[in-house]
Amino acid sequence: MSSTLLRTVPALRGAIRVSGATKPAAALASTSFVRGKATLPDLSYDYGALEPHISGKIMELHHKKHHQTYVTGLNGALTTIAEAESKGDFTKAASVAPLLNFHGGGHLNHSLFWENLAPASRDGGGEPDGALKKAINEDFGSFDAFRKQMNTSLAGIQGSGWAWLVKDNQSGTLGLVTRANQDPVTGQYSPLLGIDAWEHAYYLQYENRKAEYFEAIWNVINWKTVASRFEKA
Amino acid sequence: MELHHSKHHQTYVTNLNRALESHHAAILANDIAAQIALQPVIKFNGGGHINHALFWQNLAPESDEGAKPDAAPSLVAEITKRWGSVDKFKENFSSALLGIQGSGWGWLVKEEGEGAGALRIITTQNQDPVFSGEVPIIGVDMWEHAYYLQYLNGKASYVENIWNVINWKTAEQRFLAGRADVLKGLEL
Repeated sequence: MSSTLLRTVPALRGAIRVSGATKPAAALASTSFVRGKATLPDLSYDYGALEPHISGKIMELHHKKHHQTYVTGLNGALTTIAEAESKGDFTKAASVAPLLNFHGGGHLNHSLFWENLAPASRDGGGEPDGALKKAINEDFGSFDAFRKQMNTSLAGIQGSGWAWLVKDNQSGTLGLVTRANQDPVTGQYSPLLGIDAWEHAYYLQYENRKAEYFEAIWNVINWKTVASRFEKA
Repeated sequence: MELHHSKHHQTYVTNLNRALESHHAAILANDIAAQIALQPVIKFNGGGHINHALFWQNLAPESDEGAKPDAAPSLVAEITKRWGSVDKFKENFSSALLGIQGSGWGWLVKEEGEGAGALRIITTQNQDPVFSGEVPIIGVDMWEHAYYLQYLNGKASYVENIWNVINWKTAEQRFLAGRADVLKGLEL
């Protein structure tokens, strides 16, 4: 996970900690805001590097515009929460929860997504090996069966959302989950591989033919990233 | 418009017909579990069909007489009573549209039954249809497929411009009618 994401953690903690209200109001608001400001992470490849599977135009808009909007929205929500907290207005702070979930989830999901993609000429595509391969075979039967199930999950999303390969933290097994809109994968599951099924992720290139996008994206999945998440989870 | 109508709307119709056929077979087989399992598919695709059918009807070319609020005298009177002016109403409707998280729709609806005639702005997720007890008057599609090819991520511009092609004449007819009349003609 990138340092960008980690930098948001103190602010999230600060935002939900209500006992810190003894500090001077302004100082609290400004420190937790500055310290926890989320920023748009850089990509480790060019916008056009995932072509022809995902167009450069899609990647540029998706990263520079859509992801940036979530970053801005997250920082705005954190500021509102910090200000409300400093005034002891916890009703107001709580009312921001849906925005925090949406924009915070959007920031987290996209940051994970960029990292689990790679150009087909570099680490993208192919199949996983080692422990991850073994786990996929055990829990899905085969890599092909896993891919098929993931694509069925993606196709079954009604509206905007994501599908994820996850590790169940209790059983240690792999599974598939879908999330509506920008709801993040948290709690019982660790996200290993995420695929964005929002229309903005494919529409300029694939229009209504989303099944083609779900096929093509396997050419640019970064299994190195997925394997390293699997080992750390 | 072409993709939206000939591809997206068609997909909802196709999948709705398929789900209804399966549902019919499940009823004949007295298979309750299968009937229940089909409910979300019917709701999603049935909602997609109804929502889009209503949407096409409440749009009109900008040059049409019906594309101006003047074409809806009684509706505008009620809007003015509720929001102060048509502009204020548009402002409220637009901000509701831009507040939708993910895919969904915004609707101007009229209450039926208790509180009949009262206007409200509501938003619905994905393809959820407007609930019973409410008459849909103006619907705006906020799925990305409704605007992305032209406006990209600039959905505020889409929302601003859609007011130029709202069919106020249809809106007036729906406002004066009941829910059953509005939904009439949407049979498959």
